[in-house]
Amino acid sequence: MEGVFSQTLVSGILIGFVYALIAVGLTMIFGMMDIVNFAHGEYLMVAMYFAYWFFVLFGMDPLYSLPWVTALLFLLGVITYYILIRPIINAPMLSQIFVTFGILILLRGLAQYFWKVDYRMIPQTLTSGNVSIFGIYIGVPQLVAAGGAIFCNGLIFWFLKSTRVGMALEAVAEDKESARLMGINSDRMFALAWGIGIATVGVAGTLLSSFYYVFPEVGSNFCLIAFVVVALGGFGSVAGAFIAGIIVGVVEVLSGYLIAPSLKFMFVLLLYLAVVFIRPQGLMGRK
Amino acid sequence: MKKGLLAFLLLICVLAVFPLFLRDPFVWHLLIMIMMYATMSIGWNVIGGYTGQVSFGNAAFFGLGAYATAILLVNYNINPWLGMLAGCILSVGLAIIVGYPCFRLRGHYFAIATIAVGEIMGLIFTNWDYVGAAVGIYLPIMEESFANFEFHSSKIPYYYIILIMLLFAIAVSYAIEKSRLGYYFRAIKDDPDGARSLGIDIQKYKMIAFSISAVLTSICGTFYAQYVLYIHPSSTMDLMMSIHLCIIVMIGGIGRLFGPVLGAFVFIPLMELTRVYLGSEGQGIDMIIYSLLVITIAIWKPQGLWALISKGDK
Repeated sequence: MEGVFSQTLVSGILIGFVYALIAVGLTMIFGMMDIVNFAHGEYLMVAMYFAYWFFVLFGMDPLYSLPWVTALLFLLGVITYYILIRPIINAPMLSQIFVTFGILILLRGLAQYFWKVDYRMIPQTLTSGNVSIFGIYIGVPQLVAAGGAIFCNGLIFWFLKSTRVGMALEAVAEDKESARLMGINSDRMFALAWGIGIATVGVAGTLLSSFYYVFPEVGSNFCLIAFVVVALGGFGSVAGAFIAGIIVGVVEVLSGYLIAPSLKFMFVLLLYLAVVFIRPQGLMGRK
Repeated sequence: MKKGLLAFLLLICVLAVFPLFLRDPFVWHLLIMIMMYATMSIGWNVIGGYTGQVSFGNAAFFGLGAYATAILLVNYNINPWLGMLAGCILSVGLAIIVGYPCFRLRGHYFAIATIAVGEIMGLIFTNWDYVGAAVGIYLPIMEESFANFEFHSSKIPYYYIILIMLLFAIAVSYAIEKSRLGYYFRAIKDDPDGARSLGIDIQKYKMIAFSISAVLTSICGTFYAQYVLYIHPSSTMDLMMSIHLCIIVMIGGIGRLFGPVLGAFVFIPLMELTRVYLGSEGQGIDMIIYSLLVITIAIWKPQGLWALISKGDK
């Protein structure tokens, strides 16, 4: 009994790192330009399909296709910014919501049309199998995904805090006008934020593809989870998203284990409501 | 407005006599769906369009209307028209319970909270055995009559019932536009701080808008249950349905009286016809088309298609 509990707890923490990575992309875009990307989960879905097709067509394991998928998603993010987001950057919130929602439906529609609604999965990967650590059995893909997510989160954190470009990004997020006076091209920074924000789901999607089914609607739950993580961590806070990701992962698996698996998602959503009612700024949010 | 009103009256006349001339059950069904979605979208427009609070959870009201009717009929043999009333009461109750804390949230926080509430309702009904869980509920076949809200030999009575519901919704929407309420709603949308400084009780008027929205959506839920005679959570409480409502309003013209009606006439045929003619091969095509439409409109013509027709009119 106790073994199952600790096993569940560990799997929640592991998936939590991946949630954190997905949420970091969302929170970067939101923090920079006050636009919520409702299509975030759909980009994740695209990344998972890319990883799947790299495997089917070229026999590339997700570990090897990781850089390719990430680069493709980075490009997709930048293109999305220039074509669809730039025109509405100062538009009313309603237009912004409908554009990112439009992207959500467009990507889902394209996936349904080209790849049908079948559930697909990469049958065997380099990381398949289990390991036992202190008597707790853990899937290797989950472990690798968690490790990759931690590494990637760390990289983004380092990039934002210690590089000139990263600091420029943070400066634009803080105060567009002053950043402009300092000679920072905010337009290019926004494009970069979209690139990195979407690239993070490229990493997350590829890591997930080695142990998760791919289907056109796979993004919707992840997207909602990312909203919960971002709200809990505080909009715009990268460090907050990291901690919140773990909390959400643990809440999800524990409510599934202790109450009912089919209701676990409900508790994640209730967590969102509880956070925005009680502490709207989240754990580490500004304001 | 004059020109628009004239075109609208013409449309209503055409709709009213239409079934006498075209005897095709599929077309009737299509028009019934269009009018049902138009009614709900008008409901969405009250909270999302006039008041500017984007709700992605309105399907919950539709589901409550459908389930209240079905449960009362199946378990207690209570007439569907009373079920409709019960659905409305429950929906307004939910609107108030949800609205009270959520309306303090701004913008995106509110939109995401409504997604959460809608999804929670869907999950509860999917896992609740009393309401049939994921399997859903079959409504009993009864003698066909207006009192029983069931007709088996023809769709025509359903057609006229939903037409009347649509007219009711338009009348409500028109009354809001012409009354003080409409000005309050728009003030809350355009400048909440200004509205508050003028002494408008924002919380209260958002709640009123949400309740009106809930009622207009809930009656459609009752209609749907009686029309299809079988309901389950994914046909009545799906997030996609809530999304469709906002998209219909967005396409037609957000915050405009006839925007939702126009939007439903564009959107529903697009969905139903691609489904019929392309079948499973075309799965996703309708989504691709309407998402491009939504993106295009949101970027270049945020006022919607109605603004193209009624150029210059207010």
